[in-house]
Amino acid sequence: MISLNELLILAAILFGLGVAGIIINRKNIIILLMSLELLLLAVNTNFIAFSYFLKNEIGQIFVFFVLTVAAAEAAIGLAIMMVMYRRQGSIEIEKLDTLKG
Amino acid sequence: MNMFSLDLTTSIYVMILLPLLGAIVAGILGKVIGRTATHRLVIAFIALSFLLSCKLVYEMIFQNHPRLVTTAYTWAHAGLVQIDVSFLLDKLSAVMCCVVTFVSLMVYIYTIGYMADDPGYQRFFSYISLFTFSMLVLVLADNFLLLFFGWEGVGLVSYLLIGFWFKREPATFGSLKAFLANRVGDFGFLLGIALVLTDFGTLQYQEVFSQVPKLAHSIWIFPGGMTISAITLICLLLFVGAMGKSAQVPLHVWLPESMEGPTPISALIHAATMVTAGIYMVTRMSPLFEYSPAALSVILVIGATTCFFMGLLAVFQFDIKRVIAYSTLSQLGYMAVALGVSAYDAAIFHLVTHAFFKALLFLAAGSVIIALHHEQDMRKMGGLARYLPVTYLTFLIGSFALAAIPPFAGFYSKDVIIEATRLSTVPGASYAYCCVQAGAFVTALYTFRALFLTFHTRSRVDAALAGKVHESPWVVLLPLLALAVLSVVAGAILIDPLLFSHPRLLGDSVFIIPAHDMVAQLGFHYHGTLDMAREALTGLTFWMVIAGIITAWLFNARFPQWAEMLKKKLSWAYAVMINKYGFDAFNQVVLVEGTRETGNLLYTISDVKVIDGMCVNGSGEAVRSFARFARRMQTGYLYHYTLVMVLGLMAFLIWYVR
Repeated sequence: MISLNELLILAAILFGLGVAGIIINRKNIIILLMSLELLLLAVNTNFIAFSYFLKNEIGQIFVFFVLTVAAAEAAIGLAIMMVMYRRQGSIEIEKLDTLKG
Repeated sequence: MNMFSLDLTTSIYVMILLPLLGAIVAGILGKVIGRTATHRLVIAFIALSFLLSCKLVYEMIFQNHPRLVTTAYTWAHAGLVQIDVSFLLDKLSAVMCCVVTFVSLMVYIYTIGYMADDPGYQRFFSYISLFTFSMLVLVLADNFLLLFFGWEGVGLVSYLLIGFWFKREPATFGSLKAFLANRVGDFGFLLGIALVLTDFGTLQYQEVFSQVPKLAHSIWIFPGGMTISAITLICLLLFVGAMGKSAQVPLHVWLPESMEGPTPISALIHAATMVTAGIYMVTRMSPLFEYSPAALSVILVIGATTCFFMGLLAVFQFDIKRVIAYSTLSQLGYMAVALGVSAYDAAIFHLVTHAFFKALLFLAAGSVIIALHHEQDMRKMGGLARYLPVTYLTFLIGSFALAAIPPFAGFYSKDVIIEATRLSTVPGASYAYCCVQAGAFVTALYTFRALFLTFHTRSRVDAALAGKVHESPWVVLLPLLALAVLSVVAGAILIDPLLFSHPRLLGDSVFIIPAHDMVAQLGFHYHGTLDMAREALTGLTFWMVIAGIITAWLFNARFPQWAEMLKKKLSWAYAVMINKYGFDAFNQVVLVEGTRETGNLLYTISDVKVIDGMCVNGSGEAVRSFARFARRMQTGYLYHYTLVMVLGLMAFLIWYVR
């Protein structure tokens, strides 16, 4: 039987990977979006784990919401990426520094 | 209404307020009512004031009315101090009022002739009327603050009148100089008043004077351990004010410059009345000054220095008005010497006679100036006695009086001062005696030099004017004659009651510690005016004067080439004299340039560097440089923000979960 601890550790590892993906990745915006999905997945994993062990379904319902929003977010993210590629001819993150002070 | 039926209090108020009314009417309505109406009105007012002052003199001196203090209203309350607008009428102030209003009246009449074609006619009358008002307040004040009000009032009017022809540069420069020199004096005066208030707790004369003996031994301790008697400190500070107003060395520089003003005011303000305010003030404060031998000594030395060294300068002036201005300085020096040896009555005596003969000399000089169409340079005069007989005669009388020839007015007053100085034992008295004796020689020298250069010798008048020189109108001559009569007789008439009768004319207005009373000692040798005049013929002073006159005649009329020769031989001494001992140069270089340099220094350092550089621009620059550093954090890279976010989150987590 898998314990709650193991699941939480798994989620934490996933989350860490996601954050690392965002921070270390300097080239591809698609990988950035994927890392974001990974963060959300880690959170979902936590929700499900707690929902299971606490015998409470609300957590699982929440996961559906998160998935839906994640899908929408991915769609919008990809759309923005497309537009950006058209305008700038590149999707390298290192070149996206218009916020520079 | 019969004005002699007015009671004394009302007389005082009417006498003071009439000139003020005249000033207001002439100033505001002058253009409306026209020239003639203006001068008629103002002169009528001053004549009434003069008559009232005669009545006051009559009441105070002949009827022996006791001193009278009358309060108009309370000016200010400040804590325990109450300051009233109150007037003190005693013998001293009555005499002064009479002199002030009389000379004012003479000068006002004279002004009709002198300023006849001046566009600022009404303005002039407004100013001089205001002057008389301020002077009367000064004279009659019963407390230090009201005295200061009058003091500043006459200073203001003096400034306005020196700069009366404000389109001329020397006039505005002169008025500014007078104002600034007087500021220095007034600063000391104000400090003195403040000290009086601190030590005595009141500003009212009688209350202050009655406490003087009690406080005679209190001292002030300065940081650093130096101590000074409180009375001495007060007296010295008050005398600084007198030095400014009465033009004593080294604050005398403004008086020669004040000659840029019209001649009537040179006569009224800068010879007869205002400049004697310092002398009057010290006399009024005699109960204070008597308790400070140190202050008397300082007055004596400064007065003696002014008396001789300023008189010497007059010998080298060519502007006729400046010669008389320097002689005024010298005569004020005599008065200060008299104060220094506690001969207050003699100082007032000389003040009165000086007011007459100096006003006379100025007005006579003014008459010459009118005749020559505003030419003041004596090198362009000469031989005028033939064309201006009346002016010549009056100038001659004035010169005799000024040079102290017996029995003219100046003789009695000056001789008493010189004798009192000889007897005095105040420290510095022997120096002062040398100065006043030498001053007698110098006085005669410059007076008769001016007389010879102007009225005798070959005519050097401009060819264009030569045939047209003629005597001035009667409005000019009338005051001259009136003053000339007084310059002859005033001394002989006044000496008995003022100095050698018991009690003296000024009575208890003047306080003298008996041991200081030189005039009383002189009284033992005094046997009437004629006797005094006869005795003078054997005295040193008289022969000094005669020597001065002969020297003046030799060097200016008989052998002018001698003067040229001497000038070449002693060119360095001549340079010192022409540069007036360098007071002006000193003021210009050290004070004016020094102030300017200090200002520049403060501008470049404190203003530009500290305030502009550090405070204003500095604070902006600090924000900018902080921002320049802070903007490095804003790289624009998403992953940096993320990293910082995560680190921050972790920090918070560690902080809270711990």
